Amino acid sequence: MGLDLRLPIGSLLAIIGVILLGQGIFGDAAIYQRSLGININLIWGGVLAVTGAGLVFAARRRT
Amino acid sequence: MLRIQLAAVDYAILGIYLVFVLGIGIALKRFMKTSSDFFLSGRSIPAWITGLAFLSANLGAQEVMGMAASGAKYGIATSHFYWVGAIPAMVFVGVFMMPFYYGSRARSVPEYLKLRFDEKTRGFNAISFAVMTVFSSGISLYAMGSLLSTLLGWDFRASIQLSALIVLCYILLGGLTSAIYNEVLQFFLIVAGFLPLVFLGLKDAGGWGKLTARLGQVATTQGYGPEALSSSWRPLVATSANPMGIEWFGMLMGLGFVLSFGYWCTDFLVVQRAMAANSMAAARRTPLIAAFPKMMFPMLVILPGMIAIALNGTQGANGFNFPLKEDGSLNFDMTIPLMLGHYFPPGMLGLGLTALLASFMSGMAGNVTAFNTVWTYDIYQSYIKRDASDGHYLWMGRMATVFGIGLSVAAAYLAMHFNNIMDFLQLVFAFVNAPLFATFLLGMFWKRATGHGAFLGLLMGTLAAAAHHGLTIPKGAAIGIKGGWLGAVSTYPSEMAQNFWTAIWAWSACFVVTIVISMITAPRAEAELKGLVYSLTERPPEENLAWYKRPGPLGCIILGLTALLNVIFW
Repeated sequence: MGLDLRLPIGSLLAIIGVILLGQGIFGDAAIYQRSLGININLIWGGVLAVTGAGLVFAARRRT
Repeated sequence: MLRIQLAAVDYAILGIYLVFVLGIGIALKRFMKTSSDFFLSGRSIPAWITGLAFLSANLGAQEVMGMAASGAKYGIATSHFYWVGAIPAMVFVGVFMMPFYYGSRARSVPEYLKLRFDEKTRGFNAISFAVMTVFSSGISLYAMGSLLSTLLGWDFRASIQLSALIVLCYILLGGLTSAIYNEVLQFFLIVAGFLPLVFLGLKDAGGWGKLTARLGQVATTQGYGPEALSSSWRPLVATSANPMGIEWFGMLMGLGFVLSFGYWCTDFLVVQRAMAANSMAAARRTPLIAAFPKMMFPMLVILPGMIAIALNGTQGANGFNFPLKEDGSLNFDMTIPLMLGHYFPPGMLGLGLTALLASFMSGMAGNVTAFNTVWTYDIYQSYIKRDASDGHYLWMGRMATVFGIGLSVAAAYLAMHFNNIMDFLQLVFAFVNAPLFATFLLGMFWKRATGHGAFLGLLMGTLAAAAHHGLTIPKGAAIGIKGGWLGAVSTYPSEMAQNFWTAIWAWSACFVVTIVISMITAPRAEAELKGLVYSLTERPPEENLAWYKRPGPLGCIILGLTALLNVIFW
């Protein structure tokens, strides 16, 4: 089918990643008591944003 | 009662996911021109996508939450459902069976039975499968509704109707392709949502070494040896040495052979994904590609359960306690929601819940797409309206989607009022499914097997399953839905042991009856069986493929890695 699936998956992961990054940077730090003091939103948001952007890039390059 | 409070950021993540789900459907709409596009994705999907969909179609939320619950209950031995109960069968279906499924151009698993055997064998399989998928999707809908209403305080009916509506929209728009694409999306979400959970849980437990030490203490307080929860094979020496109540032979034969091959090799829900692949080579690679992530999945879905039971009752960041059931026992089914709420801050919490919701919806969509295909091709086209135009069947497929989902919603409401009916139905489906693999094995690899043999074999296998269930009972259970309704002559140490042995008996009965009846009925001409039976079919050419794309070498690598995992966690 003509829709490259990497495009929607990559964009979704990237958008979620950016939202998590935003929450990690600007959000209240007290919420990280639950996650053992680790700002998991910041770390994992970064990972997802990069992965998502990579997928979108790969899909764009081929077409 | 366990409650989770969502913040605005969590709703934002959930909302964006829903927009993408519907967006994929809308983007695919223009490709849905013929019934083949709608039911088989026009056989045009690349192998990596069908592979991940093959994996995710089985990864409904009940599976995810159930595996975590089993991880808490049975420990690492739960991984047998992956390393013994899935991988070998996935390799087998890719290497040996896919040439017949894909090569025969059958559009569904029941249609293969029609080509290989006869109309009545197909009818038996098609009707039982169609009923089963509708109720399975209803049961998962019900599970989702009750989870959302207890956990988040959402309205039960509203959450069921909303998710049914979303699934309805994206299947109507994009057919099987929509379902497959969303399954792949769900795969990424599950990994994205659960990997950090495992990381935080393991860190909290103090690493793998400390975790196994704690599991040792838990196992000893339960009255087992210290390795009962943390090693996969050693506790299987005797039924009394592990909480599953099963020994290695029952595990290998019951789960590893009959149940596993019966599901992965014959269930149209998963096989349909491979049939949508864009070439024979891609179809054969589909289950093999799925096998790689599959063997790592215990880490994502079983490990959280092990962590949860190891840390239960301890002083984590905010303390850690399983919710209790009404009878005061630990409610293992709540393992995943418990862990999500315990470790994830707003943000990640939204992602974790979105992953869970995605697996509910794609599990339902998988059932619905399998149902509409079997209904349209194997029931409607075969018995109701034979020679209509392709456009008519495409229209019928859309109608089937609508009433399939309608019936699922009705089944979910039914489950709300009569929980026992659902237990009873699942039991009947287990009887019907247990012998199936014997039929396919003989059909594909023994050219002498006949239609009468196959049909009577299936019937007798199903009856054997029912009879075995009626004559046995798990230890401590009441006579009735759990067994013993024909008079309990034998007792099993656990329900799981009883299930495994029910399957073994059903398979054996089907195998023997099919052979005996086939010997005394007339075989079909060999020319008619070309492309349907192993000895009469040319091997698909693979000389032009790179070695890492050939099913044989891939299968060997997968089996080697799986054996290695078994040794590491011995």
